[in-house]
Amino acid sequence: MGNTSSMLTQYDIEEVQEHCSNTFSQQEIVSLYQRFCQLDRNGCGFISAEEFMTVPEFAVNPLSQRLFRMLDGLNFKEFVAFLSAFSSRASLQQKVEFIFKVYDTDGNGKVTFNEMLDILRDLTEFSDLHLFLVIEVMQKENTPMSLKIENLHKRIA
Amino acid sequence: MGKLNTSSSELDFDRPNIEDYLPSGSIQEPHGKLRLRDLLDISPTLTEAAGAIVDDSFTRCFKSNPPEPWNWNIYLFPLWCLGVVVRYGLLFPLRVIVLTIGWIIFLSCYFPVHFLLKGHDKLRKRLERGLVELICSFFVASWTGVVKYHGPRPCMRPKQVFVANHTSMIDFIVLEQMTAFAVIMQKHPGALFLESLGCIWFNRSESKDREIVAKKLREHVHGADNNPLLIFPEGTCVNNHYTVMFKKGAFELGCTVCPIAIKYNKIFVDAFWNSRKQSFTTHLLQLMTSWAVVCDVWYLEPQNLKPGETPIEFAERVRDIISVRAGLRKVPWDGYLKYSRPSPKHRERKQQSFAESILRRLEEK
Repeated sequence: MGNTSSMLTQYDIEEVQEHCSNTFSQQEIVSLYQRFCQLDRNGCGFISAEEFMTVPEFAVNPLSQRLFRMLDGLNFKEFVAFLSAFSSRASLQQKVEFIFKVYDTDGNGKVTFNEMLDILRDLTEFSDLHLFLVIEVMQKENTPMSLKIENLHKRIA
Repeated sequence: MGKLNTSSSELDFDRPNIEDYLPSGSIQEPHGKLRLRDLLDISPTLTEAAGAIVDDSFTRCFKSNPPEPWNWNIYLFPLWCLGVVVRYGLLFPLRVIVLTIGWIIFLSCYFPVHFLLKGHDKLRKRLERGLVELICSFFVASWTGVVKYHGPRPCMRPKQVFVANHTSMIDFIVLEQMTAFAVIMQKHPGALFLESLGCIWFNRSESKDREIVAKKLREHVHGADNNPLLIFPEGTCVNNHYTVMFKKGAFELGCTVCPIAIKYNKIFVDAFWNSRKQSFTTHLLQLMTSWAVVCDVWYLEPQNLKPGETPIEFAERVRDIISVRAGLRKVPWDGYLKYSRPSPKHRERKQQSFAESILRRLEEK
């Protein structure tokens, strides 16, 4: 890919576009590359967690720690693939898959009740008492103890 | 870049609300009964995070935007080459000569005045002030600075402090040419002549330093004989399209604040000193080999703390005045975030507001 060069060739752009299933136009990929180079200060080809934290808007986001885990050590191609879920051209399926990946911290294809509670804790810093209240709400809607991705789709859509 | 550590001393809790500045409509206030899908749907927060990754208002403040090249066709290119020859071959040597003459005059007058007139303080100070103004005029001439000053010139009165937006070290020189200010700046070697103006040093990395510096500021301002004090409340160089948050130190000294707005015209050269990209010497050389440095300086109406206004609100109000005058956009970030991470208080506040909305809806059964 040419980590040291700051110019993308047409071939590179097409490769990245294919990798992210055409969710970004070529112009968007060029802009993303400029942004990637801007964030990757030491020019080593990937953005480290420290470099992400220099963006204060990202650092104050409650889910930033989770996203780190998914973002750490990504090269440009993977970076674009990561962001593809946010493109306006992304399908609902892609978006739900992304959300599922954020929930599923141990990557076993299932989101357990504990993982859902973890997310809630990240978003709100709830004490245990408040979490019990939430459990009450969830039980009223008969939450299965673990969700697979098709169920998540149904729940959110 | 060294390890970032969380800044605790610089960010105060009672800051203006960042949510006011973020794009509205990014999080809609949900109503109605709390349902499972509301807890599971993290897409607003994720969208915010992705938005920050792709473009954020803080990094934009420090981006130097290179000017569009205009020499791209067969008629303009030779003209541009001629321009390069004139700038580097003719103007640059001339400017170096002018600057050298200026330094010679300054040094040969300064030392005698400083030592021989030890007893006559008032006269000595007046002469030293005049000499500093002179050397700054030489500096400005060495970049062919075309500076237009608008508004009444600052006068020497006690209990007043001047604040200005900050783009480069040359801000200080441009302002100093007109009035010999005393300035507060980051400690660095090679600025000993400023001692005579009564300059105050601080060290960004020491947190205890703040109280000492605040005390020194207060003493300086209340002394009748001292030079007017100039402060750059942004604390760092910004690219002259945006203003970052002003530090409240200058606004809680209990005196009048006189805002100064500086706007550089990028027509010949970009005066923004991107300290990450270039050293000060490279920056200075870039200025000296361009046609001219054009800028406008507005001395604005002095402001006082309104009854019931906190220093932070006062700082924001003055930032508003300066930004409007110089055509700059405001950004809700602390300039020191260049060197440290945001304090966890911001994240906690976001979490708190989300938690409150959930609890509120839980009660709406």
